[in-house]
Amino acid sequence: MEDCLAKKMEITVSEAEKRTGRNAMNIQETYTAYLIETRAVESQSEGQCAPVESLWRRYSEFELLRNYLSVTYPHIVVPPLPEKRADFVWHKLSADNMDPDFVERRRIGLENFLLRVASHPVLCQDKIFYAFLMQEAGWKEMVNETGFQLKADSRLKALNATFRVKNPDKRFTELKHYSDELQSVISHLLRVRARVADRLYGVYKVHGNYGRVFSEWSAIEKEMGDGLQSAGHHMDVYAASIDDILEEEEHYADQLKEYLFYAEALRAVCRKHELMQYDLEMAAQDLTSKKQQCEELATGTVRTFSLKGMTSKLFGQETPEQREAKIKVLEEQIQEGEEQLKSKNLEGRDFVKSAWADIERFKEQKNHDLKEALISYAVMQISMCKKGIQVWTNAKECFSKM
Amino acid sequence: AASAPKPLPSSGPKSLREMPHPLATSSSEEMGPALTPSPDLLLPRSIADKDLSLPNGTPVDTSSPASSSSLLNRLQLDDDLDVETRDLFVTVDDPKKHVCTMETYITYRVTTKTTRAEFDLPEYSVRRRYQDFDWLRNKLEESQPTHLIPPLPEKFVVKGVVDRFSEEFVETRRKALDKFLKRITDHPVLSFNEHFSIFLTAKDLNAYKKQGMALLSKMGESVKYVTGGYKLRSRPLEFAAIGDYLDTFSLKLGTIDRIAQRIIKEQLEYLVELREYGPVYSTWGGLEVELSEPLEGVSACIGNCCTALEELSEDMTEDFLPVLREYILYAESMKNVLKKRDQVQAEYEAKLEAVALKREDRPKVPTDVEKCQDRVECFNADLKADMERWQSNKRQDFRQLLMGMADKNIQYYEK
Repeated sequence: MEDCLAKKMEITVSEAEKRTGRNAMNIQETYTAYLIETRAVESQSEGQCAPVESLWRRYSEFELLRNYLSVTYPHIVVPPLPEKRADFVWHKLSADNMDPDFVERRRIGLENFLLRVASHPVLCQDKIFYAFLMQEAGWKEMVNETGFQLKADSRLKALNATFRVKNPDKRFTELKHYSDELQSVISHLLRVRARVADRLYGVYKVHGNYGRVFSEWSAIEKEMGDGLQSAGHHMDVYAASIDDILEEEEHYADQLKEYLFYAEALRAVCRKHELMQYDLEMAAQDLTSKKQQCEELATGTVRTFSLKGMTSKLFGQETPEQREAKIKVLEEQIQEGEEQLKSKNLEGRDFVKSAWADIERFKEQKNHDLKEALISYAVMQISMCKKGIQVWTNAKECFSKM
Repeated sequence: AASAPKPLPSSGPKSLREMPHPLATSSSEEMGPALTPSPDLLLPRSIADKDLSLPNGTPVDTSSPASSSSLLNRLQLDDDLDVETRDLFVTVDDPKKHVCTMETYITYRVTTKTTRAEFDLPEYSVRRRYQDFDWLRNKLEESQPTHLIPPLPEKFVVKGVVDRFSEEFVETRRKALDKFLKRITDHPVLSFNEHFSIFLTAKDLNAYKKQGMALLSKMGESVKYVTGGYKLRSRPLEFAAIGDYLDTFSLKLGTIDRIAQRIIKEQLEYLVELREYGPVYSTWGGLEVELSEPLEGVSACIGNCCTALEELSEDMTEDFLPVLREYILYAESMKNVLKKRDQVQAEYEAKLEAVALKREDRPKVPTDVEKCQDRVECFNADLKADMERWQSNKRQDFRQLLMGMADKNIQYYEK
């Protein structure tokens, strides 16, 4: 594997801090800033560590970085950012962006994003990315100077436009279809999971009521008292355990969410291909019609209906000089067009090649990551059941001593 | 002079035409006209010793060391009792539906196996319906008003939607009826009740029931304890304590019942969501190539969880909740008995007062007073004896119950 940034440098998003400041519209607002720490990995050192460099960034700067990367590398499946607003919440989780749990999970997500970019063979070499990590001042200006914004606007428009491609690459069509389905299934999954978590929370918490009533009951009992009391305590433990369990599950949900957003990035690459293909087809079409026009003018036959043709028929033919001039212009255009078409074709093929390479890379990464995520989820479930067994076994023991 | 309270092991006043406790002391004068058990039977029933010690002396006697040691005795003997010394075994099973022109109802088979002499045969098998159990209970209450009679499952189905003939309902009821009879069987006094024997043996119970109605009118006076209008002076502490205890007890049980129901409800809602959750993984698996196997696996596991959860909820509903309810009913009936006891004591006190006021010594009154005093003391004694028994039984029951609940949950998690 190529030597990517991640191998040469330790990157962490270590802290999050609330700040107040003025935003672009000069309005006072509260936002969270994240501390990015980097340290070069010394290959030979034993106990000798390079100094830690750090700087603060806020979420909107991360967004800017990602936009830049998406526009500059349209053939790459660019890693997604953690969600902007809390989505798929179940009742205990807050949808507030300032909520400490949300901020914490976002911090982890941002770190993950940086690590993903840093381990990408192509993206890690980008200078803007490097500057994002190392240079606090003037970074925004640097990005804007690349002029990517223009490209970004047109890209956004294009991605949302509807058009029909005559000869799309079948693989891309299938992939786009897959990414749509993936998005739909994962978001469904996350929604249901949130509801499941909600219900499970309810079940556990009601058991806590047992604790209270057992305690009250034990007060009036003689022989049964102690047993009831300690059993009640175990019920309380049981009810409290759900908080940690669901906290862990959120991590699993976040892993799924990443791929939900990844699917979006994948789709963007497919769309880009469509765009290019469409462009190509339009250019080819344009060229063909110009060639046709040229031929008609040269031979004088009107094969296709055109307003010009009609008007010239009605109002008389053009002079041979006029015709010659027209033909010359057209021939120039045709030559231009052919060159353009050639380069577009080349572009297109290059795009397909590099995009497909990245897509393969992405597929492997996705399979690996999701497998791990599922395994860790299963492990979580098993551990939850083990805890349950333990609590109830303890309770049973208490009951048996009644 | 008023006769001192005899060491009656809880069998009520003499005026009742009841079978006396067969295990009265050797000096027992109480052998009634009815069947007398053979002496052989007396020996194995060593719990009698314990019972004899309780009502010793005045009702105020706390007799705690005696009772706790005898309680211990009893506990040790419990095992023996079950194995060797029990001479009466009753089971309720085999529910059957009967469809007649007027109504449809369920009967249960009641099987009795016994070595007791008062029974003609060693084995009996009869069919009884709920009505019959209800009749038996009423009879027991009438004839043994100083004892705690076990509760029956509810007569009317409160939640109108429940099907009276559904398998679950019938099975739950059968279990409760079985328990009812077993409790009576275990009771040293109640199990020898005449009505009980008839219930177990008679081919045609209805005929006997009609006969019983006639008898009832003759027994009128002695049976009525609800004399009303007498105010209680002072309740002995222990009975007040029992009353308080029962109040709190049924309150707590009620709360537990509600909690358990709520848990079951939440579990079922959780189940609903789980049922949707599993298939989504399947759908996803359909999309993927490499991941399809693990995703299918997850889906299948979730399916298993659903099944296990369903079982847990069912078990809780069928086994746990009914027992709670039964004890609540038990507590209710016990409180009623306590009230009656209060009444009896009140009557006694009032009569005593009346006597004190009157200077004359009318022969009738002392006897009356005597009778009341007797009643009171017997009542108290019976109650105490029963309470002890009840407490230990209850302990066992709850122990089993809660352990069962724990077990079920453990099993659920293991699955």
